[in-house]
Amino acid sequence: MSEQLPEAEVIKRESNYLRGTILEGLADRTTGALPEDDTKLTKFHGSYQQDHRDVRDERRRQKLEPLYQFMVRLRLPGGVLTAGQWLGLDKIADECADSTLRLTTRQTFQFHGVFKEQMQPFMQKINALGLDSRGACGDVNRNVISNVNPHQSQLQGEIHELSLAISERLRWRSAAYAEIWLGEECVQKLGEEEEPFYGYKYLPRKFKIALAIPPKNDCDVFANDIGLIAIVEDSQVRGFNVVVGGGMGLTYGDPATYPRLATMAGYVPKEQIVDACEAICAIQRDFGDRTNRAHARFKYTIDDHGMDWFRERFAEYHGQAFEKPRSFSLSHNGDRFGWVEGEDGNQHLTLLIPTGRVADTENGLLRTALRKIAEIHDGSFRITCNQNLLVANVSPEKKSAVDAIVEEYKLDAGNRSSPLRQNSMACVALPTCGLAMAEAERFLPEFVTRVEQAMAEEGLEPEAINLRITGCPNGCARPYLGEIALTGKAPGKYNLYLGADFSGQRMNRLYRENIDTDTILSELRPLFRTYQQQREVNERFGDFLVRIGIVEQERTPTMLHQPVK
Amino acid sequence: MTTDLNSSPLSAGQQARLAELLDGISEGQLFWLAGFLAGKCSGGSGRASANTVAAAITPVSAAPELTVLFGSQTGNAEELAQQLAARAADKGVSAKVVDMADYKHRQLKKEQYLAVLASTQGEGDPPDNALDFHEFLHGKKAPRLEGLRYSVLSLGDSSYEHFCKTGQDFDSKLAALGATALAERVDCDVDYEDLAEDWINRVLETIASEAGASQPAAVNPLAAEQAPVSAHSRKHPYPAVILTNQLLSGRGSDKEVRHIELSLEDSGLVYKPGDAVGVFPENNPALVNELLSTLDFDGEQTVSAVEREVSLREALAFYREITLLTPPLMKHWADLAADDALKALVADSGELRAWMEGRDLLDLIKAWPIPRLAPQELVNLLRKLPPRLYSISSSQAAVDDEVHITVAAVRYASHGRDREGVASAWLSDRMSEGDQVRIYIDPNKKFALPDDSKPVIMIGPGTGVAPFRAFLQEREEREAEGENWLFFGDRRFRSDFLYQSEWLKWRRDGLLTRLDVAFSRDQAEKRYVQHCLKENSAEVWAWLQRGASLYVCGDADRMAPDVHQALLEIASEQGGLNPEQAEEFLRQLNRDKRYQRDVY
Repeated sequence: MSEQLPEAEVIKRESNYLRGTILEGLADRTTGALPEDDTKLTKFHGSYQQDHRDVRDERRRQKLEPLYQFMVRLRLPGGVLTAGQWLGLDKIADECADSTLRLTTRQTFQFHGVFKEQMQPFMQKINALGLDSRGACGDVNRNVISNVNPHQSQLQGEIHELSLAISERLRWRSAAYAEIWLGEECVQKLGEEEEPFYGYKYLPRKFKIALAIPPKNDCDVFANDIGLIAIVEDSQVRGFNVVVGGGMGLTYGDPATYPRLATMAGYVPKEQIVDACEAICAIQRDFGDRTNRAHARFKYTIDDHGMDWFRERFAEYHGQAFEKPRSFSLSHNGDRFGWVEGEDGNQHLTLLIPTGRVADTENGLLRTALRKIAEIHDGSFRITCNQNLLVANVSPEKKSAVDAIVEEYKLDAGNRSSPLRQNSMACVALPTCGLAMAEAERFLPEFVTRVEQAMAEEGLEPEAINLRITGCPNGCARPYLGEIALTGKAPGKYNLYLGADFSGQRMNRLYRENIDTDTILSELRPLFRTYQQQREVNERFGDFLVRIGIVEQERTPTMLHQPVK
Repeated sequence: MTTDLNSSPLSAGQQARLAELLDGISEGQLFWLAGFLAGKCSGGSGRASANTVAAAITPVSAAPELTVLFGSQTGNAEELAQQLAARAADKGVSAKVVDMADYKHRQLKKEQYLAVLASTQGEGDPPDNALDFHEFLHGKKAPRLEGLRYSVLSLGDSSYEHFCKTGQDFDSKLAALGATALAERVDCDVDYEDLAEDWINRVLETIASEAGASQPAAVNPLAAEQAPVSAHSRKHPYPAVILTNQLLSGRGSDKEVRHIELSLEDSGLVYKPGDAVGVFPENNPALVNELLSTLDFDGEQTVSAVEREVSLREALAFYREITLLTPPLMKHWADLAADDALKALVADSGELRAWMEGRDLLDLIKAWPIPRLAPQELVNLLRKLPPRLYSISSSQAAVDDEVHITVAAVRYASHGRDREGVASAWLSDRMSEGDQVRIYIDPNKKFALPDDSKPVIMIGPGTGVAPFRAFLQEREEREAEGENWLFFGDRRFRSDFLYQSEWLKWRRDGLLTRLDVAFSRDQAEKRYVQHCLKENSAEVWAWLQRGASLYVCGDADRMAPDVHQALLEIASEQGGLNPEQAEEFLRQLNRDKRYQRDVY
């Protein structure tokens, strides 16, 4: 049996609850890397071993190993942190990483360029801030994300509490984390006691949960293994419509792999929702395909067995069946920038953070500015699912001081860039991500500029179009929900996808394959022209392309692999 | 010598005188005497001739016996010793070359003729293989040497304070012990060839004329034991084409270390792991230009240098040292400049040394211009531009007709000017793939791998790691089963780990048993290879008990003494030896060729 299992599955099972030989590997000063098997395990601990790909070939010629370094992602349910934590992380970025903070599409921070010898100090420092990185990567439940609804203070608080509770319930438990990173003595428990929920096999693959409060869908709730859509009555969350089996990734050339939007399963009252999530996760734990990593996500479990089977299993695992789904309506998945006032009278400022990168560069001192805000801020921060930042709960008397910093450092509160740029998103890709086939974060600014020009030629510059770029097909920036999306194929070459809606409820489809920027632009220009000429009032670009038949309304897995032309 | 004279036809008085003569006579003297007497019998002139000896007393040779002792670090003294021995045969002298480390000290008082060739290390120290003999000669057990005829050739570098001190030590001590010089000692600078040649001729001619030997003697097989000879040598360097000139230092390094691969194609040059390559560099043309313009000399005018006419520019670029000042040069300059301040400076060796530090010929010319200095005069004042030696970082078994070297560019600023190491900067800045470098092989028998089955511990921080790449390549090719342990150190792990990917591959493959590293600038407290050694004391000691050989390559000023100290401490702590015993332990390792150093 076990020789049938993929390597990653075997390594995980034989890792002694995620210990492996990570400690020995950290002590080896002759290489910046960990033994390969251990790099599979560090994912569970929140970290990917990467190398700086810009210098990979140079270093090969210099007879130096690749410039190995680690990306560390935090577990930060709902993306909420205090101003004090912000300041702590800002400092850690200098002490242990590459002096940048990267806000992610799953509402957390990524640190890049953490060298091996800095890994333990790094983990100890975030621990001192009350933060951790358990399960930020790996075959477990990942960071739980939730909508950012600043004006609905009450709802937002409730949803955040729930995201914390779900994250805590599905957090892996092995003492490996404390032993390896925090220097605690090995206090290993026997067998399954180490990991009561996951067991030694953990999950077949990563698992993602999101909570949305309609009409906002900035968490792209359908792109998750479990999507929870809050049903609100009398300004109170009553329960959730549960959707299951969403997920973004595909493998080029393998039509058996496809992105999938979650399917409506039914309604669960609020009091049961944490238990329900655990039950669903347990179903995937027990029935997910462990023999093929490319077929191991929950979406394939759902498609393989069908929704009826799933609902039966749920009733069995949860002890109670789904109720009928309640009606709901989602309007958009982007962020709204600038100041809003909450029900409690506090002020909230949403800032655009271009591609989520908080750094001081020649283009501006964004990191310094945010540090200055954190220094005077007595509220909290909240990372949005679109890699932007909410400065939450600014007391009325601090508002002008925050504004002064925004002004001094020319931060973008939605007033400094086009709607297109405000609705654009990219994954990190090169130079650090090992999976990237093309640029994403570093390419997005210039690409947006070119699309802006093309839109301006048609008088479309006030239009908001949702644009997403990723360096590979695995879906970190949820590309299959972009009205226009690019996924990297090779340096300078992308697949072009078109036709998603503006609210995260319809995927795009592959339009053209493996084309360069000029070709992408020459494909978009005539579409912009037709759009400008033929669109209906308030009609979104993606919806327009469907209405006039450029792309179909329905989606099949094949459409994500076979280009229109 | 015990001889039964009772049965001889000699009178008692004759017997006594003969017994007195034969007591303590060396084998060589005896052979000579036999030849002499045989000549007498055959009615000749009385001069011993090898022919007559061979005819009369087979298989005895009567040539005068010359023992050639060398104390050598890089192999130059050894090479000259071999040359001396090879040429001795032509002069009818029977010469035997002996490594000082292998020399039986009690043999000394039996010697007839002794030639000593010795180099000097850093602070005036003898080379490793000369330590024992040097100590013996200066100790209480040193015998009186009234009958001994000797001469000393010292090798050194006049830019160092204790120039040729070891040779001078030997010379004065041998004289103090009663030996008489057969030719005056010669102290050679880095351009030693001509002086050494003269000395060899003088020594051999003196012995030959004293001994009356004139016919070629049988060459001692020990002296003839040399590597196959290529048409190329230090005197006739091979123009090797650069195949690769690759920067090894990664981004962020404050060093500039290069891996250079040279083609040996049809040169016939062969080398062993541990050998060095001698490189004849070119001075920086910008500096030559500056010299010419400061002196207002025409670079195209002809001067005589290296036995031929070349342009002045060429002479300064290729044949004369212009980046280093030496006391002899300063003294000559002071005479020519006729300047009291300079004369006073030269008279005070401490002051002089301080002034020369970090200065070069251009500084000297600017500080004390000599009126009406002729170009030829300048050329004559300067010493020859010596070749630079680089430890070979490849094994010929692995790279065939290539030789690899590892070169750290030397650059620094002093007295308001940027300065550079002649050869390293030349190789780094001005030599590209396809260009030619004049090279020769400089063998180093003092740094050679042991049997394939023996473990080796290699300590090579910085470019000192070069020969160990050769060692591992060689052992990989030979499929040697002996264990290999490398200690490497440098400033920063991420940019200065020379040949990192190769070591890691060899470790994965199992060839490199252990790899330990120390990077000094990666943490608050400085960490060096000696700390690494100490951290592994028990294991290092266990390896040594298993017969491991120790190799140290790199910096002679600080690293090698620090490593030595660490080894002493390991011997004390792990072996329970007191300081003297620990020192003796390492000395014995050295004698057994299990503690070899190539430090510079």
